[in-house]
Amino acid sequence: MDVSQYLEIFLDETKEHLQNLNTQILELESDAENMDTINEIFRAAHSLKGMAGTMGFKRMQNLTHDMENVFSEVRTGNIKVQPEMIDVLFQCLDALEEYTDNIQTSANEGTNDNEILIKQLNDILDGGSTKEQATEAAGSKAAAEGTVGGEKWKDIVLEDSQVAVLQEAKKQGRKVYGLNVVVEANCVLKAARAFLVFKAVEEIAEIIVSSPSAQEVEEEKFDRDFTLIVLSQASLEELIKAGESVSEIEKVIGGEIDLDHLKSQDAAKEQEATQEQAQEKETETASQAVAPATQAPQPAAAAKQAPAAGRKQAPAKPVVNRTVRVDIEKLDSLMNLVSELIIAKNSLVSASSQDQTKMNGSFNEHIEYLESVTTNLHESVMKVRMVPIESVVQKFPRMIRDLSKKLDKKMELYMTGEETELDRTVVDEIGDPLMHLLRNSADHGLESAEIRAQRGKDPVGSIFLDAYQDGNNVVIEVRDDGNGIDVEKVRAKAIERGTVTPAQAAAMSDKEIINLLFLPSFSTAKEVTDVSGRGVGLDVVKSKIESLSGEVEVKSTLGEGSTWTIRLPLTLAIIQALMVVVGDEKYAISLGCIQILEDLSPSDIKLVQNKEVIHLRGTVIPLIRLNEVLDVESSRSQDENLIVVIVKKGDQQVGLVVDELIGQQEIVIKPLGKYMKQCKFISGATILGDGEIALILDTNALI
Amino acid sequence: MMELNTTNEAGITQDERKKVYETIQYIVIRLGDEQYGIDIRNIDNIVRMQHITRVPKMPAYLKGVINMRGEVIPVMSMRLMMNLADDEVTKTTRIIVLKLEQEGNVGFIVDEVKEVVSLSVNNIEKVNNNSKDEKTDLISAVGKHNGELISLVDLSAINFDDN
Repeated sequence: MDVSQYLEIFLDETKEHLQNLNTQILELESDAENMDTINEIFRAAHSLKGMAGTMGFKRMQNLTHDMENVFSEVRTGNIKVQPEMIDVLFQCLDALEEYTDNIQTSANEGTNDNEILIKQLNDILDGGSTKEQATEAAGSKAAAEGTVGGEKWKDIVLEDSQVAVLQEAKKQGRKVYGLNVVVEANCVLKAARAFLVFKAVEEIAEIIVSSPSAQEVEEEKFDRDFTLIVLSQASLEELIKAGESVSEIEKVIGGEIDLDHLKSQDAAKEQEATQEQAQEKETETASQAVAPATQAPQPAAAAKQAPAAGRKQAPAKPVVNRTVRVDIEKLDSLMNLVSELIIAKNSLVSASSQDQTKMNGSFNEHIEYLESVTTNLHESVMKVRMVPIESVVQKFPRMIRDLSKKLDKKMELYMTGEETELDRTVVDEIGDPLMHLLRNSADHGLESAEIRAQRGKDPVGSIFLDAYQDGNNVVIEVRDDGNGIDVEKVRAKAIERGTVTPAQAAAMSDKEIINLLFLPSFSTAKEVTDVSGRGVGLDVVKSKIESLSGEVEVKSTLGEGSTWTIRLPLTLAIIQALMVVVGDEKYAISLGCIQILEDLSPSDIKLVQNKEVIHLRGTVIPLIRLNEVLDVESSRSQDENLIVVIVKKGDQQVGLVVDELIGQQEIVIKPLGKYMKQCKFISGATILGDGEIALILDTNALI
Repeated sequence: MMELNTTNEAGITQDERKKVYETIQYIVIRLGDEQYGIDIRNIDNIVRMQHITRVPKMPAYLKGVINMRGEVIPVMSMRLMMNLADDEVTKTTRIIVLKLEQEGNVGFIVDEVKEVVSLSVNNIEKVNNNSKDEKTDLISAVGKHNGELISLVDLSAINFDDN
């Protein structure tokens, strides 16, 4: 069973239960007879066990199982709550926390079996033989001693850099001290007290290391004590006094650290720790620990310290980010609500403009306010749907590297703007077209190293992938410094293929010829390679981009390289549009593609090749009479002035003749559904303020 | 389904047992002089005739789209699909909105919505579609109700791509 999707919930709940157990066991310590507390602990431990088992974390399950057994016995009154037991339980909680941290960082509970703890728990359960009990008690006591107080700074593993700092400071005459601060058992705000200690110590010393880390201490992730290694010119007494001046601090133990000794101590300790984990005879270690002279780390300290050291070595990226993951469907429904809000706003606007007489200033003001709110709301909802294109482009460097090997050309990919954000749906779709273009550049664009050298170019070809936002669009450019497109070759190929007649080809501009590349089954590669050149590339790129309401164009200079530019709308759901009337029907034209509106007299229309064109500021623009395309009767008579909406597609311009202009409006795009797909130049529909539907013209399909 | 019944004996007996008890509710609609029944389970909504936005370049029976609670729904003329004369909008004209599994909601224009009838499975006879006539293609069965015959239309089975 794949349970990874529940990992987040599991972590959240585990942390909650652990927190609960911590507080309850603390309570148990002060009031050992409280049945409510015991029951609560039992329940929490039981849930923890169940959850860990479900998620397949066996070690965690084992530990909680034994803890549960102990609680169960306590509940039935078979075992009395002992201070030693509380200590063991706390250690268990620490171990559980360790597991949880491991799971959070690596989705794996780690390999620490915590057998010592489990054995201790079982000993509690058995009641133990008298001898064992005695040693156990001693061990526990020692363990307890180890948990709170003691010269724990000797157990701290220092990183080389830290040791270097300490040695440097020592040369300068400052002294290195180890401090162990023990908070009173019934202290409520441990973190706050610890913070005060930190502050007091920092006034006269420099804190080099803290165990647990300052961050963890701040988050109250420590039992009753924490250990500091500090640098100071002050005496040890001053430091201890500073620490103990904070209320609710039981004691501060301190000592000067001998750096050389410290290092060797580390090695010994680490060895010891591994031995511990291999389950050395527990009693021996325990009794050893009692003897203060040996200074061997106590089992508890070792058990605690070893995983801590392990964690320090691998500051892994957390598997679970602190983000809220939202089902895309929920976002869509939120989006729909925003859409309806915008529709409602639009109806208010249309109502207000109809009823001119009643309109007053404040009504207008409210509408403007509503408008700004809906626009902002729309923007934030859109932002939630936005993801950086990084997820798509990060696989490309590897791909180019592989291509470089395969094609035996040297090339380098330079990417910028990976953080550019696009609508999630677009990002999911954009990968393939980009890959096609990159392969195209690598295969057709870049020349081989020898030719590049002959032409005086860097033998290593460069491919650039740049993404950036441009107004309401996102532009992605794939650029190479290769050969560029040989227009004459394409022209010859087009004639050979019968795509165009020689006469047509001669009349076509270079630009038009290059656009032939986007036609299906058109490949200029002399031989088909498995990289590109099957003629399925560019037309697929084009249709894909266009299905995303985007456009693709190419600029190329022979011998210098080509640039493929993909232009995509930021959002697909809500756009700014110009509302127009054709006949008695309303249509919307996306504002993004409109260049200018013109009012022309019929005499401005010229005929070229029996097609209507207008001559506007030096450019000849073909005219499309929308009423003819849409099969409706125009409401204007022949001799009336024409309203022409000039739209562009790439560098091409076309004038659309409409009957009337309504105005600019924010519209929500609704799909027309499967049945209405046949109509190529209608890209969708939108609901107007009065509930009527207007169709959205896809000007790209018209041109 | 038929195949399943012949190959699975247990399936037959279960199916027959069901037949005794099962009744299906149909909404009876009128198109011209004929009555048709539509399985009520397919019906999402029935709305009055409203302005239909024409979509250009569509076959004649695809009348256009309407706005139903913020959703754009295609509307078709049942009359044109049945090769009858084009709709004349009267006071009784309704749009029946069907929920189709594949295509989502689709509206059908009918002359009148008359009543809801319950037909027991015994009173439903399947018809074999061997004629090439589109009109009969839509009719999956005939139901008997109070001495009248109601053609049962299975709109969910229509494959519009052919048109």
